[in-house]
Amino acid sequence: MLACQNLKIEFDRKPVLKGVTLDFPAQKISAIIGPSGCGKSTLLRAFNRMHDLTPGAKVTGSVTLNGREIYDGAEDPVLIRRRIGMVFQKANPFPTLSIFENTISGLRLSGVGNRALLHEAAEKALVDAALWDEVKDRLKSSPMSLSGGQQQRLCIARALAVDPEVLLMDEPCSALDPIATAKIEELMFRLRERLIVVIVTHNMQQAARASDRTAFLWMGELVEEGETEAIFTSPKKSMTEDYITGRFG
Amino acid sequence: MTQSHGLRKFHGRIMEGVCLVAAIAAVIPLFAFLWHLVAMGASSFSLALFTKLPLPPGEVGGGLKNAILGSLLVVGTATVVGIPIGIGAAVFMTEFAKPAVTSALRFACDVLSGVPSIVMGLLAYQIVVRPMHHFSAFSGSIALAFIMMPVVVITSQEMLRLVPHSLREAGHALGIPAWRIAASISLRAAAPGILTGAILSISRIAGETAPMLFTSFGNPFLSLDPKAPIATLPHTIFTYAISPYDDWHRLAWGGALILVLGILGATLLSRFILWWHQRSLNS
Repeated sequence: MLACQNLKIEFDRKPVLKGVTLDFPAQKISAIIGPSGCGKSTLLRAFNRMHDLTPGAKVTGSVTLNGREIYDGAEDPVLIRRRIGMVFQKANPFPTLSIFENTISGLRLSGVGNRALLHEAAEKALVDAALWDEVKDRLKSSPMSLSGGQQQRLCIARALAVDPEVLLMDEPCSALDPIATAKIEELMFRLRERLIVVIVTHNMQQAARASDRTAFLWMGELVEEGETEAIFTSPKKSMTEDYITGRFG
Repeated sequence: MTQSHGLRKFHGRIMEGVCLVAAIAAVIPLFAFLWHLVAMGASSFSLALFTKLPLPPGEVGGGLKNAILGSLLVVGTATVVGIPIGIGAAVFMTEFAKPAVTSALRFACDVLSGVPSIVMGLLAYQIVVRPMHHFSAFSGSIALAFIMMPVVVITSQEMLRLVPHSLREAGHALGIPAWRIAASISLRAAAPGILTGAILSISRIAGETAPMLFTSFGNPFLSLDPKAPIATLPHTIFTYAISPYDDWHRLAWGGALILVLGILGATLLSRFILWWHQRSLNS
């Protein structure tokens, strides 16, 4: 289980996340929804310590993965990011590497040199990301020759190849058409068996159809969280109801 | 009162004409100089120019073998010293340093790149020639390395800055160590641009004459000893051009043609690398 307690994040002393406590259980897809600027991406990026790379960012509170504190001073953020993978809003394959090299970049650039092992990992990750059949004959091509949806699945394959325990997805479908979006959602359902999946989305329909749990964030604070069906059918807070019915945001 | 349609069109035509004349004037020197150079240098352009050593004044013939090899050695050594340091500094500035440190280093490089080349020559004279007590090919290389380093830093940094931040972010999210992100992602993505900048910086120093006057000094004989004075093309052109001998003038024109063709070739090569890279990215 991935969990955060009283998580506060500020950029240059400006608070963006004001104390969020949330659990993300194993074998579930958890969605984080909320209007633009509510802090949902900021929350997601705290889970793999991406804020360490931003000058002026300050994170307080606690994030634990299976009980182990991620912000412990003794933990190496590089190793944490191998256990907690991330997919970004805009597909960002490495343009100078081939499709194959992209898939295994996390392994190879971390020192794995065994070719047989890399080939095996590449095929497994591409199969897991439902991309293998489309690219198996052109593994040496540039990823820039792929469609936007294929590029995003390549980025998912790249994240899966390092065998993470958690997959963080930051609006992974916002630049994709409905068919490519459906493919990624199918993929999420299959990954749920073995990974904790957390997805940030501004698309309410996506949260409703593709997640098990939903958390609603507003102005850096958690308004409500629970089973997705409960949130969308009988929200406890009027603000949640107003947001999901499109009255604001 | 608005201007009449005809008058406004007339003004437009005038302005367009003035700008066209300015554009032509700007490229006249290039064609005039190419014309002159080919007309004067072509007659001395022969195999002997590359394979023969210069002859004493009064004897007709000879070539610039010593200056061509000397320039290759001096510029080659400067390149081996200057380019790795320049690229390394640029990687440090874009990938590792705090923004304030990067700005300070960039400012220093901007100042350095504006320092006249003769002053860089003086510096090399002071720190290499004087302690060694004689002129040397090596001191010339050091002077040229000083001149090329800030240029390489600035162009490499610009190219690295063009690498989207999202690629570095993707690398971090995969748990790739920072130095591998710098080497295998940022540097690899910026490589064609950095290579182009490096080639242009080589062609910039290949023609430097002033710092050669009191570093590599010149040598009428063939020498490839880094510790000894050495002939270089620009310095030989200078020496021969101000000499009173017609045959030396002829050699100077030939040398100038070699130098310009080399620089033209380097510029075309760098353009080709960029074009080829763009094409391979889109395929």
